[in-house]
Parts: sequence; C-alpha cells; structure tokens
Amino acid sequence: MELLIFYPLALVSVILALFVVFNKSPIGSAVCLIGMMLGLAGVFILLQAHFLAILQIIVYAGAIMVLFMFVIMLLNLKDDDTKWKIRERNIFLSSATGVLIVGILYKIIDVTTDTKFDSPATVPDNFGTVEVVGTALFTDFVLPFEVASILLLAAMVGAVVLAKSKVD
Amino acid sequence: MIAAPEIDLISLAPVLVLSVFTMLVMLIDLFVGKNKSVLVFVALTGLLLAAVSSFAKTDWPVSSFGGSYVVDHMSVFFTMIFCLSSGLAILLSVDYNKRENIRVGEYYSLIMFCTVGMIILASSTDLIMIFLGIEIVSLCLYVLAGIRRGDTRSNEAALKYFLLGAFATGFLLYGMTLLYGATGTTKLAGIAEALSHAEVLSQPILVMGVVLLIAGFGFKVASVPFHMWTPDVYQGAPTPVTAFMAVGPKAAAFAAFFRVFTTAMPELAPTWEVLLSIIAVTTMFVGNLGAIMQTNIKRLLAYSSISHAGYILIAIIAKGSLATSALLFYMLSYTFMTFGAFSIVILLGRAGKENLELEDYSGLGFKAPLLGLAMSVFLLSLGGLPPLAGFVAKFYIFQAALNEGYVILVVLAVLNSAISLYYYLKVIVFMYMKEPKGDFQISLTPITLIIIIIGLIGTVQLGLFPGPVISLAHP
Repeated sequence: MELLIFYPLALVSVILALFVVFNKSPIGSAVCLIGMMLGLAGVFILLQAHFLAILQIIVYAGAIMVLFMFVIMLLNLKDDDTKWKIRERNIFLSSATGVLIVGILYKIIDVTTDTKFDSPATVPDNFGTVEVVGTALFTDFVLPFEVASILLLAAMVGAVVLAKSKVD
Repeated sequence: MIAAPEIDLISLAPVLVLSVFTMLVMLIDLFVGKNKSVLVFVALTGLLLAAVSSFAKTDWPVSSFGGSYVVDHMSVFFTMIFCLSSGLAILLSVDYNKRENIRVGEYYSLIMFCTVGMIILASSTDLIMIFLGIEIVSLCLYVLAGIRRGDTRSNEAALKYFLLGAFATGFLLYGMTLLYGATGTTKLAGIAEALSHAEVLSQPILVMGVVLLIAGFGFKVASVPFHMWTPDVYQGAPTPVTAFMAVGPKAAAFAAFFRVFTTAMPELAPTWEVLLSIIAVTTMFVGNLGAIMQTNIKRLLAYSSISHAGYILIAIIAKGSLATSALLFYMLSYTFMTFGAFSIVILLGRAGKENLELEDYSGLGFKAPLLGLAMSVFLLSLGGLPPLAGFVAKFYIFQAALNEGYVILVVLAVLNSAISLYYYLKVIVFMYMKEPKGDFQISLTPITLIIIIIGLIGTVQLGLFPGPVISLAHP
C-alpha cells in the first residue's frame, strides 16, 4: 500500500528534478524545484516523519525558494538572459565530474546493500511526529528554544538597523 | 502529561539581566530623541549588574538544564571579561559616534545582545547552545561592522564578514552534526562519555567532524588559514567595534573552542593536537610576518590579533587546569592592552580624517609625551615585554605548554614573540624618532581618559602583581 503512494511520488520528484536541470529559464527551474521539494515532503510523510515533512515545505519550498526567486529577480534578467547560458564545454571537467558521481553512487550502493541495512533498527511508533518533537522542544531543549528567540530578536533588530538607516 | 523540565533561572542570571537591559535600552531609545547618552548609562548599569549577578551561584561548578549550561570558574571569569570589554567598547564609542555621526541607538543594544551571546557561548556545554551563542555573536558583529552605512569600507567589511562568516558557520554546524552522528548526543559530557568506548572512537566520521569544527572555530577566532577576512573587516569596521571584535567575541569563541575540545574530546586529542599545533604555528608566523608589512595601524593591530590567536591556541593544545587559568589570564590582559591601544588610535583621529597611517604617528612622542608613553606601554605589552601584562600572560601559556611537554611549540612561539617586537617597536620609532607631519588636534575627553587609565592600570597591575588574578583564574 505504501509503495503505491511512494512510487508516484518518487517518480514525480525525479522527473521534476530533471526538469530543474533541463529547463530553459531560471524561473522555470525554480518552480520545478518547489514541486520536487513537495514530492520529497510526501516521502518524508510516508516515513512517519511528519514534522520533517512540514519543515521541508516551510523552510525549503517556502523560505529558501523565496530567497532563490529574490536573487533571480535581483539580477534583473533581460529578455535574452532569461535562458541559461551554457558555458564553453570543458570535456576534462565534465568527465571528471561524471567519474566522481559514478564513484559516489557506487560507494552508496555498496554501503547500503550491506547486510546491516537489511534489518534497520526499529524506531518507536511516534518517532518524528509533531508531538514528540514538541515534547523534546519544551523539555530537554527548552533552553536552546528560548535562546533562539534572543537570536531572532537580535537578527531582526540588526536587519532593521541596516535597512532603515538613511544614507547621505 | 509531560514532565516539567528542570529550570534553573539563577544559573542564567547574567543572561537574563543583560537581556532585560538590552531590551530596556531599545525601548528607552524611542523616547530620548537625538541625544543618546542616557542609553550609555543604562547599558553600563546592565553590564555591571550582569557581572555582579554572575556570582548568583556560589558553589561552582553547577550544571543545569540537563547538562547543557554550566556555571564554573571559567564561565564566571569569562563573564567578567565580556562585561568589561563591552563596557569599554561602549565608553569608547561615545565620543567616536558623535564625531563620526553614528546616531543609532540600536548600536548599544547590539553590543549588549552580542554580550548576551558571548556569555551563553562561554557557559554552554551543549553543541546546540554553543551554535546559538556563536550565531548571536556573529549576527550582531555583522551589523556592527557595517553600521556606517555611508562608508564604502564599512559596507565592504560587513559584507565580507557576513558572507565568509555564514560559510564558516556552515562548516561549524556540519562538524557538530557529524560529532552528533557519531556519538548520539550533543552534550559535551555525553560526547566525552561516548568517546571512551573504543567502537565509537574508531569511527572515521569523527575525524571529519573534528576537522570541520576546527575550521568553523578557526574562522571565528581568526586563525590561519581562516584569517583572510580579519584585516579588511578590522580596517573597515568603526574603530570601537574593531577593538570590541578583537577582544570580546574572540575571547568567547576561544572559550567555546577550549570547552569543546578539552571537555568533550580529550580522547581524540592525538588527532586534533597535531592539526591545532600546525595551525597555531602558521597563525603566529602569518600574523607576525603580515604585520611587518602594514602601514595602516588598524591593519597592523588586526595582524597582531591574528598572531595573538596563535599564542592562545597553544593553551587549547596544552589542555589541563593550568592551561585554563593561562587562557583566562591572557584574555583579561589582552582586553586591557587592546582597548588601550585602540583608544589612542581613536583619539588621534578627527571628523573626516581618521589618521590611521603610521606616518600620522610621527612625533607623537614629543608633541604629546603622556599619550606617546601610554601607547608605547600598550604596544610593548602586546609584544610581551616584562614587566607588563602581555609578558606574564605569554609566560603562563608557555609554562602550561611546557608542563605538558610541547617544547618545540613553545620555542617557535618565543621566536614569534621576538619577531612581533619589530613591528610594535616600528610604531614607537615613528612616535619618538620622526618629525611630526602636521599638528595634532587631540581633544582628550574625560571618557577617553578613563579608558586609557583603566587600560594602563590593568596592563601594569597584571604585569607587576599577577598573583591575585591568577589565583582567581585557577579552578
């Protein structure tokens, strides 16, 4: 049953990831990236990591994508720039990267097909749920949680100071 | 029903007091109009109360919040250093901000936020807390470095610092993650416990983690090869902020550096000792040889602070309780010398012309004998000449290292100390042996005078009678 949901999600994610690479315009790539992030969030939900899934959507599909879009807009692309420019082909670099990726993939397959991955350690049923994360946040990690508020306040004050002060 | 967490607010007293005063400064700023001097009083009161409240716990060491926060002699001593350095930085800014037309009330609250972060950094025994502390400190510094919006150098400094700093933070966090992955805990004591098992200790992932941690911390304390930002940022930032950066945040980063490596990873010492020794030696050489070339006093002091980071790294390599007290003593004496030197650098400048070239110091020695003398004392102390504080501080660090048998490291450090005297003396040569180029327009205000006197007393006192402070710094 899980696989029935997993395969379409994974397929969509992979296809969108390919679109990110092959898309003609940066904006199109960015939009495809959002879709891929959402697909990944779905995979996280299947893995019972609800909280991680929500974070994936808020942080990646939300905040980081806004940052990407912001940079793309900031560069203020003209019409002829809206397409990716392909740099001069460098055969040496391309083949070196290819070898590197094949090596990494080989190693990953080698490690993950190891026998100890056949029976992964069992995790509690509520592992990764919002409830467990919340409990940890308000008990074991209450101090970092509160200190983070100081960090955010300082960051906010700093951003306003830099942005609002007048330049002569 | 969730069990209520153990909360120990008394341990947190300095952080709480300072946070409250920081927000108070921000609020009062709204009502005072153009004249910001009342903020200075509130800020100084807050720092003083924070320093006092760090003694709220008397039976050290007290660990609280499930082992993620500790009050021990190191954290209390560092809290003192932070409050002192922030107080001096705020005092130093009063006249400077008037002259350079920095009329931002948030300036003071940012320095205080930074101090909150530094106290957290020096008192935390949990990687997450250390990370949060470093981020608070860094964020405030990015903004403080670029607070002169109209000045291109200041903008450059802030941007450079921000981009490289964000990158270094990534390294640091990655290192922490790997360490967590290998040991399964973020608490320093827990990591040390986990590392005592051979099967955890043999994981290659740990070496990666240690290397990345060294890179992250190395950036924050400006050690080679992560020092590239230092001269540009120190030169571009407003001078009181430069002095502040060279002392407080650096001391805080060293506190965390020291704590993480000596309390969490003593088992891994053979791995990181070698790496840190190489970094310490290159830091000293690059700092000192780089300083020789400089003609700008702020860049010279920046390179000098890089070389000092090299000496302090030796304290981390030496470990042990002697090294702890040597580190504390070094940071305290470094505070006095650095603020003294920078206060005179600020004093020589005037609106529109900061007079930062060494040439501008020509003849200071006979035009303003007392100022020249004070500057000479600070520079010679930075160079480590007896009977000043810098000498005793270096002596203690070298002694701690010799006790642990790091003879070559100490020999190289002493050699570097000799090299460093060359460029400190170069400034003194300019002050006493060259004809003045123009008139000095020095307007010595009472506040600057107080800072110079505090610096002088500290430098001489710690040099002649280090005993009481040493015994305070000793666990």
